[in-house]
Amino acid sequence: MIQLLLDNRDLFITGFLHTILLFVLAGLGALVLGTLLAAMRVSPVPALRLLGTGYVTIFRNTPLTLVFFFFAFAYPRLELVDVSFFTRAVLALAMYTAAFVCEVVRSGINTVDVGQFEASRALGFTFSQTLTTIVVPQAIRSVVPPMTSVLNSLLKNTTIAAGFSVLEAGQITPALSERGAPLLIGMFWIAVGFGILVVPLTATQRALEKRWSVAR
Amino acid sequence: MSAPATADPPMIRMVGVHKHFGSLHVLRDINLDVARGEVVVVLGPSGSGKSTLCRSINRLEPIDEGRIEIDGTPLPEEGRALARLRADVGMVFQQFNLFAHKTIAENVELAPVRVRRISRPDAHAAAMQLLTRVGISDQADKYPAQLSGGQQQRAAIARALAMRPKVMLFDEPTSALDPEMVQEVLDVMTALAREGMTMLVVTHEMGFARRAAHRVVFMSDGEIVEDSAPDQFFTAPRSERAKDFLGKILTH
Ligand SMILES: Nc1ncnc2c1ncn2[C@@H]1O[C@H](COP(=O)(O)OP(=O)(O)O)[C@@H](O)[C@H]1O
Ligand SMILES: [Mg+2]
Repeated sequence: MIQLLLDNRDLFITGFLHTILLFVLAGLGALVLGTLLAAMRVSPVPALRLLGTGYVTIFRNTPLTLVFFFFAFAYPRLELVDVSFFTRAVLALAMYTAAFVCEVVRSGINTVDVGQFEASRALGFTFSQTLTTIVVPQAIRSVVPPMTSVLNSLLKNTTIAAGFSVLEAGQITPALSERGAPLLIGMFWIAVGFGILVVPLTATQRALEKRWSVAR
Repeated sequence: MSAPATADPPMIRMVGVHKHFGSLHVLRDINLDVARGEVVVVLGPSGSGKSTLCRSINRLEPIDEGRIEIDGTPLPEEGRALARLRADVGMVFQQFNLFAHKTIAENVELAPVRVRRISRPDAHAAAMQLLTRVGISDQADKYPAQLSGGQQQRAAIARALAMRPKVMLFDEPTSALDPEMVQEVLDVMTALAREGMTMLVVTHEMGFARRAAHRVVFMSDGEIVEDSAPDQFFTAPRSERAKDFLGKILTH
């Protein structure tokens, strides 16, 4: 079993490196975009609220494969900026995941008592000051567990990029079968690889939860 | 007490103000001036629109029609100008609404530092002075949840005063308190009134109204039904609705 891993380490290493890169880039993109969308959805400006709601409704109800199809096949026809498959895969994952991040952040914001918003606004804080100094610090504790599971799904969703010529962990199996290696063992190692990738995610969740529960 | 006479623009001016919640007409043609240094108590049955009136003054509730001015300046639309104006209008809520993740001292310092750009040491010194003034300087490092209701409300008053507001709005500041804590909060408010702070106070505390108010405004069904001196209102109310209301309150 180990032999298969060693013989094909080039595949495994490139595959998982790409997975990690996809995950980190798409994850950061989704966190930033999703938080912005959440801010839009709770903002006092109706047009922004509508835009945020529209985005979330569309992306939450579209299968991820369809989003990938769009970026793989429809995007080039738009003749916008020509970008690599890898970049398009990052975009697809980030934009899709942002809708879920938005909903996690928004429901976290909703756990904060409306009186906290009112007191903050009454003191003269701007909308963004209210969010950053009063609301988000109180929302974070309830946000961390669901956010971890959103990022967990993102990690697994990176395998869909395999169907679109990005060599990441999900493409290791087909590549192995081309080399005539036993698939079951290959899959076993891929599962182990994903298992290992989840560890830092869970550890971060624990650390954050601990930190914010002490800070009340 | 007689109202201080002044030639300045009124601190609060409401002209022809209307407000609806859906089909519910909660403020009907409200016309109200509060002069600089004046203390006005707003009375009225539950649901008569007192909170909405109070909250419309710093635009926590936007109005549908009419005009509201603070110290001669019309209320701006939502945005930075409104935030600046709100900084000059202190507000005290029934539920205190202290920031749960900040200590009492931090609650008082936060807005002066972030909104007024006062240095943290200066803001802290001012906060400690204010906490001493409301009698809870020994609670400065605790979190709101560790304080009694009366202490929390006094901290909330200190937080509002830290912005050096031109006017203070109180929306039933003692209604959420256990009876034994009402007086400590009223004492702070009475002292504030004596120092000349302009105040609009929604309350059912008749003692406070008699002692500290220059005027009593009685609301019913979204309208201002009476606007008179406290003595006159309590001894000789003009309207049936006010008589009815006083009858219920005083027998309690
Ligand atoms: N956000 C809101 N949405 C709908 N109706 C409201 C809202 N706030 C208050 N109301 C209604 O408006 C009326 C006046 O409320 P309020 O100003 O709180 O009265 P009061 O403070 O005198 O008890 C009540 O009938 C109340 O139910
Ligand atoms: Mg009320």
